[in-house]
Amino acid sequence: MMSGMAKGKSMFTVFSKGILAENPALRQMLGLCPTLAVTTAVTNGIGMGAATTFVLVCSGVVVSLLRGVIPTNMRLPAFITVIAGFVTLVMMIVEAYLPELNAALGIYLPLIVVNCIVLGRAEVFASKHPVREAALDGFGMGVGFTVALVLMSAVREVLGAGTFAGIPVLPDFIEPMTVFVMPPGGFAVLGVLIAGSVAVEALRRRADGSETKEAMLPEDACAACGMCDLKEREA
Amino acid sequence: MMAEFAAILFSMILVNNYVLVKFLGVCPFLGVSKKLDSAVGMGCAVTLVMVLATSVTWPLQQLLDALGLGYLQTIAFILVIAVLVQMLEITVKRFLPALHEALGVYLPLITTNCAVLGVAILAVDEGYGYPEALVCALGAGLGFLLAMVLFSGVRRRVDEADPPRAFRGMPITLMSAAFVSLSFMGFAGVVDNLFGVL
Repeated sequence: MMSGMAKGKSMFTVFSKGILAENPALRQMLGLCPTLAVTTAVTNGIGMGAATTFVLVCSGVVVSLLRGVIPTNMRLPAFITVIAGFVTLVMMIVEAYLPELNAALGIYLPLIVVNCIVLGRAEVFASKHPVREAALDGFGMGVGFTVALVLMSAVREVLGAGTFAGIPVLPDFIEPMTVFVMPPGGFAVLGVLIAGSVAVEALRRRADGSETKEAMLPEDACAACGMCDLKEREA
Repeated sequence: MMAEFAAILFSMILVNNYVLVKFLGVCPFLGVSKKLDSAVGMGCAVTLVMVLATSVTWPLQQLLDALGLGYLQTIAFILVIAVLVQMLEITVKRFLPALHEALGVYLPLITTNCAVLGVAILAVDEGYGYPEALVCALGAGLGFLLAMVLFSGVRRRVDEADPPRAFRGMPITLMSAAFVSLSFMGFAGVVDNLFGVL
């Protein structure tokens, strides 16, 4: 039934859905804390994105390998332990080789453990799919998250500090608006970016001829997080 | 001593507000702030778990350090918090059914709340002693509660507004959060002036 081409295409979809259609930060509203907190400079955004991608791919592979082994009612603590292990690994690497990034990301590096994206992918995808697809899914979600972080930090760094990845880009006579690198700027820029992604999705669906109403997103930020419906199912 | 405690407490509530300034616990802040009573319930549950978690994780860190296992901090803390929340839920359900009625639904959501793990790690990183760490956790929780209560009031107004189509729902909520956060920027320096140098 499944030709080689269709399989190749579906594997590509496993990877690419995380970047646009199911972008974790902009479409699923997951991992909002790091998205808001570390995006004051482009280098921080790339660093956080890379660290999260590493954890997503590695924990996806391990959870997928263990998918017949972990008892269903013990899966949550098991997933968390696997994820925490890889986060500790990332922390050690960053601390040893990238001390500047370590200082910039600070407490948000260990907090990758409680990033809903990672636990959500482990529960929703990796625990139900073979290793190769789990790794691709994690990689796609990681790249999508990184893209969102870079987009967000590019806007904030250029407007708020007048630089892009540390290189001055604004002419001298334009005063940078510091509020963009401060917390209120984080909320506002993310709001505009999500509104933009909603508008793009609405246009895309109109072009497809499918109904436009569905382009609106659920209002509840927690709705998409795997954690909650996981608990509901247990109850 | 009291001045130091007060300085930590108020700086955690106002200047370093966990949600509005440090972006910890943003998911429940945006998700559970639609109604005032659920905002209060979630805020109280988070405060309780923060203090309880820190009261366990701070001594645990001393133990890990003494054994030369400091690098296990993240794994140890998240597992302890997960177990603690489960135990708290079971205990409250058994002995304080009224409290469980009020807070029970929020407790399971707290395990992966980054604010709880955040305050546990921060209290250790800042080099606080045990009492200071507990005050820090209490301040973080109260700050979260304050932000939730304030924001639930703002959201009732926002829900009646009619923003552009693409801004409906989450984007307009984030924009209003930006303004609430902006107002908290005004507290910078307040604590230093009230209680002397921190």
